[in-house]
Formats: sequence, structure tokens, C-alpha cells
Amino acid sequence: MSRNTSRREFLLTAGGAAAGIGLASVIAVEPVRATPATMQEAIRKVVGPARVNPGRVKLELPPLVENGNTVPLTVKVESPMTAADHVKALHLFNEKNPQPDVASFRFGPRAGRASVSTRIRLADTQTVIAVCELSDGSFWSASVNVVVTLAACLEDA
Amino acid sequence: MASALINVPPRAKRGEIIEIKTLISHPMETGYRRTQLGALVPRDIIRLFVCTYNGTEVFRAELHPAIAANPFIVFSTVATESGTLAFQWTGDRGFSETESVAITVD
Repeated sequence: MSRNTSRREFLLTAGGAAAGIGLASVIAVEPVRATPATMQEAIRKVVGPARVNPGRVKLELPPLVENGNTVPLTVKVESPMTAADHVKALHLFNEKNPQPDVASFRFGPRAGRASVSTRIRLADTQTVIAVCELSDGSFWSASVNVVVTLAACLEDA
Repeated sequence: MASALINVPPRAKRGEIIEIKTLISHPMETGYRRTQLGALVPRDIIRLFVCTYNGTEVFRAELHPAIAANPFIVFSTVATESGTLAFQWTGDRGFSETESVAITVD
């Protein structure tokens, strides 16, 4: 080659560089994720040393979610909701969003019914867990596995 | 400015459990998204929602970024007396919004 760079060489190196940049940015953009372990940690933080029993909580979520940006969810606990026996709180956790916490709802006997509906975000196919705290100090939980087709949190702003 | 939609039955019988639906317009920016230039979009969410019935708190929700944009919350309360139901949302960047709805209990 008489000149410094040929068109072919230039394109090859430019393409390689672009691919390199693309790869690097993919790695850089990959967010920190909550893991099942950090979720357990988050649950421990709320529950303390108490035992979490399975049951009593009813967590309703669609098993297959097309859009992770708005996932309708309902949590219910069968409870008489009297001053002596009521649900104090309901906590929601997830495994693979950037943060394990989703929301905490607090009730009293004035709530009448321990039931909440809302819409949440899910970043990946994962398990969602609801933990309820009763006025007698016991904890109960339910979990649902959700398949997410389009993940939340990944699109550009 | 944000605006809220609240659905409360205008009349109820004493002791009846009423369902309350609330929706507020808010982006609930997670703080994990980036612009196309790679800059992190700062978090801007509603952190707390409280409902009071004639001054007594009946329901409270602590929210995290995993709540979808335009938070929609459905909960219930016992209709005890006529009065007002007050709703308050507070969040990042000094966000605060209050709404109140009158209810007649016979």
C-alpha cells in the first residue's frame, strides 16, 4: 500500500472499534440486580428473627406478563380485622429487580379488610413474595413465579 | 403538577367496608435508567402514601422504585362516620400532594 490506510482496512478497524464500544457499553449499562440472597436479606430486615410460615396470604399475579412495566397485583389476607386480631402490615419483595423491596402496606383494624391492589414493575422472570405481619407477631407468606416477556427498567429514558 | 383521581363511594352504611381506589400521575423514575448519552436519570419517586379518615390514619403505603409509573393503589376501610377522607402522597424532590373526599355515612 502506497497510502497510509486503505478503505478496506479503515472499515475493518472502524467496525471492530464500534463493536468493542458496543460491547463495553452493554457491560457498563447492565444494572446491579437484586438476587434471591439479597431478597432473603431484605425479608430478614423486616421480619427480624421471627419465623415466616407459608400460607394465609393470597398473592394474585398473572403467571405470564407481557409488559414488565405495569404488572397488576393483588394481595389478600383472610383476617377478621378486629383490634385483637388484625393484619399489621403486608410487604412485597422480588428477586431480580435492581432492589428487592417493592412496597410495604400498613393496616389497622380500621382498614376492615386486609387487601391491596397495585401495579408493579418487574425486570425479569422471577418470583414475587408477599409477607404479612399479624397483630400476634406471626409472619405468613406466599410466593408466585412470574414469566416476564418485556422487562421493565431497561429502555432508554 | 401532578393530579390525582380518587374513587370513594359518596354514601355508605355504618360499619360497611368500602373500597377506595387512588391513582396519581407521577413518572416514578427508578434512578436506574440511563439517557442515550449514558447519564443516569436521577431517582424521582413517591415514597409514601397515607390515607386518614377524619384525622385517624387508616392506611399507609411505603413505595419503592418497583412500583409502576402513575401509582395505582386500591385498599379498603370501614365506614364509621360522616366526614372526610384525606389522601397524601409524598416523595423525592419535595413532591407533596394532598386530596380529600367527603363521605356521608348513614
